[in-house]
Order: sequence, then structure tokens, then C-alpha cells
Amino acid sequence: MRSAILAAPPRRFTNAGWYALILPAFLLMTAIYIVPILQVLAISVTEPTTGFDNYERLLTNAGVQRAIVTTLRIGLITTAIALLLGYVLAYVIALASPNAQRWWLLCVLVPLWISVLVRAFAWVTLLRRQGLVNQGLMSAGVIDAPLALVWNELGIVIGMVHYMVPYAVLPMLASMREIDPRLLAAARGLGASRFTVFRRVFFPLSAPGLAASGVLVFIFSLGFYITPAILGGGRTLMAAEWIKMQILDIVRWGMGAMLATVLVIAILTTLAVFSRVVNLKRLFGAGT
Amino acid sequence: MRAPMGAAHALSLHGLTKRYGSFVAVDDVSLDVGQGQFLTLLGPSGSGKTTILMAIAGFVAPSAGAILLDGRDITPVPPEKRDFGMVFQGYALFPHMTVAENLAFPLRVRGMDRAERDAKIRATLDLVQLSQFAERRPSQLSGGQQQRVALARALVFDPNLLLLDEPLSALDKKLRAELQDELKSLHRRIGRTFINVTHDQEEAMSLSDTVAILNHGKLIQIGAPDALYDRPRTRFVAGFLGKSNMIAARIVERQGSTARVSLGGTTLIQRVDAGAPGDALLLSLRPERIALLAEGELAENMVEGRVSAWSYLGAGHSLTVETADLGPLRITLPTWRAPFAPAEGLVLRLGWPADAAAAVEDDGDA
Repeated sequence: MRSAILAAPPRRFTNAGWYALILPAFLLMTAIYIVPILQVLAISVTEPTTGFDNYERLLTNAGVQRAIVTTLRIGLITTAIALLLGYVLAYVIALASPNAQRWWLLCVLVPLWISVLVRAFAWVTLLRRQGLVNQGLMSAGVIDAPLALVWNELGIVIGMVHYMVPYAVLPMLASMREIDPRLLAAARGLGASRFTVFRRVFFPLSAPGLAASGVLVFIFSLGFYITPAILGGGRTLMAAEWIKMQILDIVRWGMGAMLATVLVIAILTTLAVFSRVVNLKRLFGAGT
Repeated sequence: MRAPMGAAHALSLHGLTKRYGSFVAVDDVSLDVGQGQFLTLLGPSGSGKTTILMAIAGFVAPSAGAILLDGRDITPVPPEKRDFGMVFQGYALFPHMTVAENLAFPLRVRGMDRAERDAKIRATLDLVQLSQFAERRPSQLSGGQQQRVALARALVFDPNLLLLDEPLSALDKKLRAELQDELKSLHRRIGRTFINVTHDQEEAMSLSDTVAILNHGKLIQIGAPDALYDRPRTRFVAGFLGKSNMIAARIVERQGSTARVSLGGTTLIQRVDAGAPGDALLLSLRPERIALLAEGELAENMVEGRVSAWSYLGAGHSLTVETADLGPLRITLPTWRAPFAPAEGLVLRLGWPADAAAAVEDDGDA
């Protein structure tokens, strides 16, 4: 009896045991996350009438089209700027000494721990007409009248870029750290200037990380809600805020759910296409 | 194929020193490498050999001293302007480029046009027998093939010097021997100046015209491999270049270049260059220089001992013989000349001539 317990159980049972351990988490996820999402998706084809009427509006309704175009435009601009800043940061961090790397990383990660709401309001106080930036520029005599830095697309982009830079840095840093420093030395030894070494060796080798960061940041920025809501001043509607408006303000559940579904499909499609090209698991750090 | 000797260059180091804080990695090293020579910097890890190579390549700025190429000071010249080919430890091949693109890299940065470039790449790949692999990626090649690509990439732009940083250390023993031969014949064919770094004394001795032995950042001895092996200057050199019996004796009497030296009750006849009676003398005696004496056979130096350990090495036997005054002596005998099956406890008479051992300086390093 005792020896039967101590003996290794058949492999099938071992696996079943492990799966049983994650069952509670799985049920919790299903019950409070996946089922409601599916319900929302279902609403998009049942409210107000059953059928694809809501999706037809994608082609006819100027409001939803404007929200989508705005979202894509702001998403692309944010992604481009966040990638540029993030690449420079990641490059500096990757080439810094191990000790300096720790400090740099801390500085990159600290903003992630601060509530997005706090950060959005902080940007408002900095960027508004009587804010620090405008007052500083005016007292320095650079400008006569305050610049419109907030409650428009510029404000949204500033806030979103600030939020996204750490997400851009991390995958790029991971891929830059995999670059063997001897390759850079070898390239210089073979006669390449520092710039050529960067262009022909470092940049191509860091490109997978750049692509991963790009996809990550772009997908994130499609679903932004709080930052555009606060820094956009209600005048620039991005997809998430438009959905909230449909559901909470004018109570058109069908339309809101429709755009939500479109967003989910767009994101999954992007990821599917991207994973064909690059090994996703590796880029996001899940082993090799 | 390239004309031999045409483009060989000479390199000199003058008082090269590299300090990292209070740690001295390279301590006042001066040496000359003649045109077309094959020099190996040999030393244990931490001896400063790689730092010297990196300083020659331009990746490490010396704290003091100068590096001269054909008499011209190149110390401040950045690595990309030195025109030195370098084979890195681990090869450092560009993983995102094919073999041909790896070779094209140094040619493209020099602005060579396509036709000339292709001809050059083909000729160099032929030289290392890798023509059929031009379109492969480095990751699709074996270690030995990668090593040859690295070599080809370092040679394709007709560099002033070829620098090799432990080029064979990542390969298994058999492949290493094969590539050693290839490297040697390559050096002979293209007649360029090669500077190699290794911690493997056999590799150093089989490849090079000149070996520079380093320890703790200092140049201990430089010379032809056989000169270093037969006449080591210090205890460290003797011990680093193969096995050696160290005998600490005292000079009793000296006549010209021959001295009688003693330790305990044993007196030896030894060839010496200097020293007066009463001076301490440290001798390095190679195991293969000790002969087994037959019944009635005489030698300038004779001792008797008992075998305390032995091992069979295929080509020879290695024996440890316990003697009364000299302690354990290690000897190696060719298998075909061993007139017995070795056994522990066997009593042997050993002998060697007066010039078999070398007097060495005791630098404290075994």
C-alpha cells in the first residue's frame, strides 16, 4: 500500500493532477472574463435586431468611421514616436555598464508603477494654457500666446507616448542584449565606421525586437481609454471612448459592442499575421 | 593566389602597458614581429596576452607605450583604420549574413566594386576550401567551417596583419590538429605576418616561428619554440612549456662552462654559463632527456631510483622514479625502447649528459 503510493504514478495521471491545479484559475477566468466578453460580442449581432445591421454601419456611419480613422492615426503616430524614443533608450541601456543598466531600467520602469490616471492629470497640469510648459516658454520670451498643447490630438499623443515608451523599450532591449558585442568589434576591425557598424550589423540584428515593440505598442494604443479621454478633452474620440459613449451615454449597446468586436478581431489578426513572420514567444521573453 | 611576401609588415611594441585602476594587465611589454613571421603570445589566463592583442587591434587603448607598424606609430589609430584582419574567439561571424556576405563586408566598407569583390570572395573561399558554402548562413556550418569562414573574412581584404584570438580553442582535439596544419600551410602560402594568442603550449610550439611567453602581464621570454623548450629562462617557462623536473642544487666547483653541483649526497655535472661555488642553482630537466642506463653503461650524471608510478601513453611510457636525493624524477621512454614491462618497485639506473638540464631563474611560478 505504502509502496504503491510512493511509486511514480502513470504519466497520464501526473498530467491530470497538474491540470487539476490550474482548474480553479481557468474557471475563474472563464466565468468572469471570457463569458462576459462573448456576451458583449453576441450583443453586436442581436441588438437592436438580429443580424449584421451594426456591422453595415461601418460602411455608412460617418461617426464610427471617424473614430476608427482617428484611432489608427493616433495609434500609428504614437507607435512611431514611442519606437524612436524607445530604440534610443534601449540602445543606450544595452551598451551601458551593468551597474548603469540597473539604474536606467529602474527609470524606465518607474512610470509603469504610477496610475495612468495620475499621469494623465499630471500631463494636463504641465501642458494646459497656464501650465508649467506654456508659462516657462512665455516668460522665456519664446512665445507670446500659450500653445494648444492639450485637449487635442497633440495632448493625446504626448500622454500615450509617455505611457508606451517602457513597453517599447523592453522587447527591443531584450533583443539588443542578445547581440554579441564581439560582432560590433569584429565589424570595426574589418574597417567599418561606427555608423556603418550600427547600420549594417547592430540595426539588422535588433530589427526583430523593433518589430515586436511596434506590434505591442500599436495594439495597446488601439485600446487606449483614460489617456485620450482626459488629454483629448472630449473633442477627439478614439475607439474606446466612442464605445463607452455608445453604451453609457446614448445606450446603443449594439453599436458599441460592434466596434469592440471589430477591435478584438483587428488585434487578433495583427498578432496572427505577425506571428507568421516572427517567433512571438521568443520576442516576449518566453524562452527561446 | 596572392604573391607571397609582397605585403608582409613588421610590428613592434615599445613598453606597452595597460592599467585598469590599480590592476596592471600588461606591464611594459616590448617585442618585435618581423615581416611574414608567425608570432604566438602564450600564457595562462590573466597573463595579459589577449589585452596585448586587443591593443594591437586597436580595441584597447594602452596606458603607456607605443605600437609601431613598419616603424610608424599607430597607437592612436582607430581599429577600422588599421587594416588588420582579426579572427575572434568564437569567430564573431555576422549571423544575419551569408558566408559570401560576411566576406563582402570588409570589401564593401572599402568601396570595392561588385565584380572585383566577387572575384576576391571566390578566390578567398577557394583558399580555405569553402567555395560550395558561399550562400549558407554561419549557423548552418560546423565549428571547423565557421572557423575557416572567420579566417577567410579576416584575409579577404589583404590586411596588413592577421590577428588570431584563440582561434582553435572552441574545436575538438582532432579538428584542432587538422586546422593547425591548415593554418600553418596558409601562413606559408600567403606569407603574411600572423599574430596568434593561445594558452595551449602545443599549439603555440607547432604553429609559430616565435613564441612570446607572458605571465602576470609581463613578457617572460621570447624566442623560437625549440629554444624556449630547451633553454627556458625561468621556472615558469620550463613548467608552462611541457613537463619538467625541477632540481634545486648548489654549485660546488666550476671550471669554465662545466660545474659540479650537489644536493644531498649526489653530485651532478652540469653545463652552466655563470655562477660561483656556493651559489644556488635551479635546474630544469625534461623527462625525455633522461635515459635508462643498461648494465655497466655510464653517463655524466647517474642516479638510481625505484619506480613509484607509471602510465602507458601509447607512444611511450611515463614513469615516476623515486630517488634518494633528487626526489621523484619523471621520465618518458619510447615504448619500443623500454626493455621491460614497467612495474612499481622496479629499481632503475638513470643517466643524462651535462647539457641535458637547463639552469633557470626561480620566479616562484611552478
